Amino acid sequence: MKQHVTATVNGDPVEFLSDPGMTLLDALRDELGLTGSKEGCGSGDCGACSVVVDGRLVCSCLMLAAEAEGHRIETIEGMAEGSVLHPLQRKFIEHAALQCGFCTPGLLVAAKALLDSNPDPSETEVRYWLAGNLCRCTGYDKVIRAVMDAGAEMRQARVA
Amino acid sequence: MSQLDYLAPASAEDAAKALAAGGDTARPLSGGTDLLVQLRAGRLKPGLIVDLKKIPGAIGIREEAGGFVIGAATSGAALGEHAPLVRAWPGVVEATNLIGSTQIQGRASMAGNICNASPAADSVPALVAARATCVVVGPTGRRTVPVEEIPVGPGRTSLAPGEFVLEIRLPPRGFHAADAYLRSIPRTEMDIAVVGVAVNLTLGVDGVITDARIALGAVGPTVIVAREAAAVLVGTRAEDDVLARLDEAARAVCRPISDKRGTAEFRTKITGVLARRVATIAYARAKERI
Ligand SMILES: Cc1cc2nc3c(=O)[nH]c(=O)nc-3n(C[C@H](O)[C@H](O)[C@H](O)COP(=O)(O)OP(=O)(O)OC[C@H]3O[C@@H](n4cnc5c(N)ncnc54)[C@H](O)[C@@H]3O)c2cc1C
Ligand code: FES
Ligand code: FES
Repeated sequence: MKQHVTATVNGDPVEFLSDPGMTLLDALRDELGLTGSKEGCGSGDCGACSVVVDGRLVCSCLMLAAEAEGHRIETIEGMAEGSVLHPLQRKFIEHAALQCGFCTPGLLVAAKALLDSNPDPSETEVRYWLAGNLCRCTGYDKVIRAVMDAGAEMRQARVA
Repeated sequence: MSQLDYLAPASAEDAAKALAAGGDTARPLSGGTDLLVQLRAGRLKPGLIVDLKKIPGAIGIREEAGGFVIGAATSGAALGEHAPLVRAWPGVVEATNLIGSTQIQGRASMAGNICNASPAADSVPALVAARATCVVVGPTGRRTVPVEEIPVGPGRTSLAPGEFVLEIRLPPRGFHAADAYLRSIPRTEMDIAVVGVAVNLTLGVDGVITDARIALGAVGPTVIVAREAAAVLVGTRAEDDVLARLDEAARAVCRPISDKRGTAEFRTKITGVLARRVATIAYARAKERI
């Protein structure tokens, strides 16, 4: 039986019909047209599908769409303010922290969740936090540098 | 695809009824980090998924009579953020926090880890060493079961049709007590234990161990309680010669298989090494509390 699901996505109320086996990732992409979240593996290993549900970073490929009922979801589409990029997005470009870009939405969502809860992480903390986000292109180093740099800029902006 | 239904009942009784009515093909859902993987790989074709997260108490941690009551679907991340729990049961929390990545921690629960019944489940040895129990709800009522009695073999549990775990209980913590867990994996993150060892100790004011419980993971079809190894520690201060005997006693009860992740011989050797290391950590933690 199809389920009627209502939730909040990036601050907007949404509703859609879900097949019982449908994942949140499928619902975001196919029902709501939010194709920023990617499916790399579908098994919780790669993090390309990362979204934030009620403040917690999760893999949307491992959550049923029906489980989203009544919950607050944030995706990569909610990260920039209109045409103004989030500092993390800017720093990823500046540091060339992406090549093919397939992992990038998941990495950005995961990195934002880190900086939201821990504004001044050590490099080790960044590396462990992002261990569930696989990237086959960059070799990770530029990603880590971009996240550290964005964190530093955001801390400065807070003091200023 | 065969017909699949999803229910999110608002009471434990309704969940038990739905699971019982669903029979063989009904599955409880906590964090879904095992269930969804199995579903999507086609290894599991459930007819009904019963999401437990809308049941009052299924998510959350409360202190009761000196112990802790942890809702079945509480995420690993939530455990790690609960300071009194981390202080009382550092081993249980560190074992659970080893499960998967940050994303997996946002959903994965101890009850799911227990009921998935993998021999390598990380939280289970720590829960067994802690003498944790599960409150099991079923169509005919409730019962309390020690954690080690839930998994009975790889992928199999002792739960009857319609039964599920509603909460996990950690007993009251004595003074000068602490636990610890370590696993051996080929990488530093995102891997499955080749061996996991949990040690739970209580000391007297003089620093002598008065109670010890040791549980071994991934070296048998289910967690092994290493009673002789624990007995080696009691009455000692975990000195070097004691640790050498502990190593031997822990190895003696291993019954591992050989597979691509490690030979039986390797797993047995590592069990002894980890037993020494984990006992040393648990002892130091408990001693700090004197
Ligand atoms: C990328 C990745 C990495 C992982 N790494 C690890 C790791 O390092 N160590 C490790 O131990 N595991 C690991 N796992 C496995 C998994 O995350 C854990 O076993 C987790 O604890 C399962 O909890 P869950 O709440 O998600 O369970 P679910 O997927 O919801 O359920 C698991 C099983 O238990 C049943 N079940 C769930 N809740 C209950 C209940 N309350 N009562 C009765 N039955 C129930 C379900 O029907 C299902 O059969 C990993 C998984 C992934 C995807
Ligand atoms: S698509 Fe979800 S973790 Fe890879
Ligand atoms: S940029 Fe290609 S996978 Fe990361």
